[in-house]
Amino acid sequence: MKVVAALSGGVDSAVAAARAVDAGHEVVGVHLALSASQQTHRNGSRGCCTLEDSRDARRIADVLGIPFYIWDLSEEFRRDVVDDFIAEYQAGRTPNPCIRCNESIKFSAVLNRARALCFDAICTGHYARIESNADGQRALLRGVDPKKDQSYVLGVLSQQDLSQSMFPLGDSTKDHVRQEAAARGLLVADKSDSYDVCFIPDGDTGAFLRSQLGDQPGDIVDQSGEVVGSHQGAFAFTVGQRRGLSLGDPADDGRARFVLSIEPVNNTVVVGPRESLAVQTLELEPTINVSDEEVSIFDVQWRAHGSTTPAHPVLSDSNVVEAVVLVEPAYGIAAGQELVMYHEERVVGSARIRSATS
Amino acid sequence: MDMKPSSKHSSLPLQAYLDHAATTPMRPEAIAAMSEQFGSVGNASSLHGAGRRARRVVEESRELIASHVGAAPSEIVFTAGGTESDNLAVKGLFWARSASDPQQKKILTSSIEHHALLDPLVWLAQEAGAVVVQAGVDAQARVDLEQVTEFIALDPQAFAVISIMLANNEVGTVQPLAELVELANKYGIPIHTDAVQAVGQLDVDFAELGVDAMSISAHKLGGPAGVGALVLGRNIEPTPLLHGGGQERNVRSGTLDVPAIAGFAAAVDAAAMDRVERNAHVASLRDNLVKRILDVVPDAIVNGDQQFSEQYRLPNNAHFSFPGCEGDALLMLLDAKGVECSTGSACSAGIAQPSHVLLAMGATSSTARSSLRFSLGWTSTQADVDAVISAIGPAVERARMASATLVDQA
Repeated sequence: MKVVAALSGGVDSAVAAARAVDAGHEVVGVHLALSASQQTHRNGSRGCCTLEDSRDARRIADVLGIPFYIWDLSEEFRRDVVDDFIAEYQAGRTPNPCIRCNESIKFSAVLNRARALCFDAICTGHYARIESNADGQRALLRGVDPKKDQSYVLGVLSQQDLSQSMFPLGDSTKDHVRQEAAARGLLVADKSDSYDVCFIPDGDTGAFLRSQLGDQPGDIVDQSGEVVGSHQGAFAFTVGQRRGLSLGDPADDGRARFVLSIEPVNNTVVVGPRESLAVQTLELEPTINVSDEEVSIFDVQWRAHGSTTPAHPVLSDSNVVEAVVLVEPAYGIAAGQELVMYHEERVVGSARIRSATS
Repeated sequence: MDMKPSSKHSSLPLQAYLDHAATTPMRPEAIAAMSEQFGSVGNASSLHGAGRRARRVVEESRELIASHVGAAPSEIVFTAGGTESDNLAVKGLFWARSASDPQQKKILTSSIEHHALLDPLVWLAQEAGAVVVQAGVDAQARVDLEQVTEFIALDPQAFAVISIMLANNEVGTVQPLAELVELANKYGIPIHTDAVQAVGQLDVDFAELGVDAMSISAHKLGGPAGVGALVLGRNIEPTPLLHGGGQERNVRSGTLDVPAIAGFAAAVDAAAMDRVERNAHVASLRDNLVKRILDVVPDAIVNGDQQFSEQYRLPNNAHFSFPGCEGDALLMLLDAKGVECSTGSACSAGIAQPSHVLLAMGATSSTARSSLRFSLGWTSTQADVDAVISAIGPAVERARMASATLVDQA
């Protein structure tokens, strides 16, 4: 097959590309330029997409003996990922930009461009597995390294996306991948992992949002509606957050207060005790189609490396999952987070949480 | 002259190299001259025998280059290449002139200069109080002389230096230097020209041209990368960029690279010796390439001067826009077929910006992004042209589909 290997300049995508080459595919390395104003150097382990990463990616392609190009997707990334991220926070939700990036950049803009340019598939360094069923259907499974499993951020991929994707690291552990990178002479074997949001290199999401949205002062209220503090922008808060509220007086009962909800319409942040964060019913958007499923209970996950909780699906008349009801209440689930449903190791579906209620 | 590809390229039988404007293969004469020097010791500034020997090679090289570009040997200042020559000319002349007369803050240039010239000007504007005035160009990338005249006449005392290239690196348009020099002389403003693409191809005579400074690069004409010259009139004294041992008229300190300079001179000599026949050959290949690309892709647009004689356009340059395509995609598809060309000037950052040259010519951003430059040279053959012609049709078709997918999503 003719394969585009997305090379971030990191160790995972490097080893994934190397394995695709070894498997006999005709591989072309592509580094995605996602930021129009690149930083020159990496800032600790944060961020990606620096000029240094682009150089690392080029050197990996050299070592593998494959052609290398840079595809400029900075406009698409700004529009579909960064602007969406800002708009979601402004609307009081908590987005996952990596999922949007997979959904609209890596496995959409890049895959479409690759297809148009005669490539058959895209190869990335994600830790997840793709299995073909007897009927030709593809299933997305968790990667075998539980610490690195990235099936959560790939749950949005369609059948067609999966049929044109290769994740050669799904069966490996990170340690093994690093060893293999060193053995292959890839200079990035010891490069630190990237964490957090790549377009916020200092990791300060609140400051980033303020720089984009400006100060929007408003009230912090308790559940009775009494004003207990003020803020410089409701967008900077996340449901479940405890720190950074800057509430002068303690609550009457002296207990810690958490962000319960964000109301963008009147720019208000509502705080209250932890137990008020408990939710059990999560409404989804879009719905998840599980018509061929025979199980009535799934494991659901709402953070990239979070734990799972068993949940029952709420089916609509047309037999799609509109909501899930958690078997046990959970805390700190925000609208905008992605909910991924698993049956054992297999991803059943993925949808955004529209609302979380008790 | 033997127009067949030399045997040293036979290791890459499938590659059609059409990016000579980026860098052209080394001339065998240059390789021989350099090889001879690599084995010898000697700092050209030393007084002993080894030093004298090295010095002699440098001076003979200087004389050879000077004789081919119509300059006196003392007017050749060796540098590390075109970028350094451009920086030395505009920074050095701006610093020197504005130091002697603080009124002289303005620099006149064009909107189609190479980044090696534009970026030092941006720096001077940001860091040294320079006021950069850019004259526009017409749709064929020729500098607007009326605008230049107006800009200068408005405030002639304020200009520290004029710098306008001799021939454009992207679309090959030859600039009206004679008129510009006349204007500069009228007001007593020093004038520099970036002749990096021109020397070796055009019959460039420094004295006849009448400029005060002129940049040359060795690797664009068959010499090694990393060496070049600023041809600098005897009475022109730019403030140096590099201070040190006082080499090169005290304008450019640093131990001279004897092998590179010997290779540079041998390449200048070789390029001058076969210039007329080579240009005739290269231009006929170029004309054939343009005609046949238009046959295969009828809606392709030829950018630059439509008059293909040497007086107006570099004989090795063919530049196209392919409507509906992204240059990046075309480049990749052609690369896969062994055809090597360029989307414009190479960008180390990797993010392709639409060419400022095309934009200055009035192209839209999408037209600018759809452009490819094919540049030929002394090793080019009919087979190179044939390779482009057999690859370009399917590549354009593919690239259009790829662009359509991106547009659909927007």
